[in-house]
Amino acid sequence: MGLISNGTTLLDAGSLDGGVATGDMILIKTLAASNSSALSFVHGTSSVVLDGTYKEYLFKYINIHPTEVAQLVINFRDGGSNFDATKTSTAYNPYHVEDDTAAGLIYREAWDLAQSTGDQIIAQELGAAADESGSGYLHLFNPADTTFVTHFMGHTAYYQQLGGGGPFGVIYAGYCNTTTAIDGVTFKMSAGNLSTGTIKLYGIK
Amino acid sequence: MGLISNGTTIFDAGAFAAGIGSSMTFIKKLTADGSGTNLTFVNGSSGVVIDSTYKEYIFIINNIHHEEADRNLSVNFRDGGSNYDAAKITTFYYARHGEDDGSAELVYRGGTDTVGTGAQQLMNGIGNSADDCGSGYLHLFDPASTSSVKHFIATTNIMQDNVQSVEHHIAGFCNVTAAIDAVQFSVNSGNIDSGTISLYGIA
Repeated sequence: MGLISNGTTLLDAGSLDGGVATGDMILIKTLAASNSSALSFVHGTSSVVLDGTYKEYLFKYINIHPTEVAQLVINFRDGGSNFDATKTSTAYNPYHVEDDTAAGLIYREAWDLAQSTGDQIIAQELGAAADESGSGYLHLFNPADTTFVTHFMGHTAYYQQLGGGGPFGVIYAGYCNTTTAIDGVTFKMSAGNLSTGTIKLYGIK
Repeated sequence: MGLISNGTTIFDAGAFAAGIGSSMTFIKKLTADGSGTNLTFVNGSSGVVIDSTYKEYIFIINNIHHEEADRNLSVNFRDGGSNYDAAKITTFYYARHGEDDGSAELVYRGGTDTVGTGAQQLMNGIGNSADDCGSGYLHLFDPASTSSVKHFIATTNIMQDNVQSVEHHIAGFCNVTAAIDAVQFSVNSGNIDSGTISLYGIA
């Protein structure tokens, strides 16, 4: 059945007409943590799209709360089943401890990567007390491309429990140094699990 | 025919009601093909909208690859007339890290910020090896305002020519009250071989 209003077809054959404005930032998938070892978005699994359909993908991670104080990390899949794409990245850290005794902006060599297949830290010592969590976003550009490296960039705001405690941030960026398509992204803790929190994946038309 | 649900109009007169759907609207995508030195968005030309229709515009820059090595991608703005020469004051800092694990640092770069009408670098020194490129985005706020300066914010990441990952942060304002009606992205030498820039309006 179709639906026509004032001579204009709005929907037909199970989909909206191509001329209907539906917006160009499309929610693809929401994953919710529940004492989860990882939240992974894999193309073709559970309705996840992470291919050439979109030129840019945006992840928003909201109120990630771990089971214990640890690093929140990400990694990328570039073929096979492992999340181990080779990466070179930068990471720096604005901070301000709760008692107002220290604040600053520091490049963190321990949090960046140089041609490493290891995980990218996106929150260091993420607090696990009842009201502590981290939120942020990750842009992933053109993951299906097989000519160029694949760039990513993100920003996390979180409560760091150690080092005085307080609001900290990680601003990170880099590239997967591979011309193989990236078809999966995983979020996990370096120790313990993701107790609660939500991660949303959007495609940008 | 219209459709009203619980007192709310869902669609009428051949269109969905305002508020139905997303607030981010795709406007125009330009693709580099190696034949030119710039990608330019001009209000009213080729379907481009840069006016008071939206209060914010976002340019998503995807996989820019230059013909020549160690070249920049820069942006400039048109504030009347035909030239891209709006007066600007900007900040520019970057974080970098070499594939050899060297050169890890966060630096304010006075040499690439702008006080003047020149183009503002968004990507500094992209390599031109087969897989080198740069990606990022640029926000432009309220370009049609004729009472305020026009702010912009950009973040990009590139594989630099000397084999390192470099994240650039740029922000500033066009120090004019004339409307900005066009935006030009350009390379400083040679052509832009490939890549896309897409323009979105934010309702």
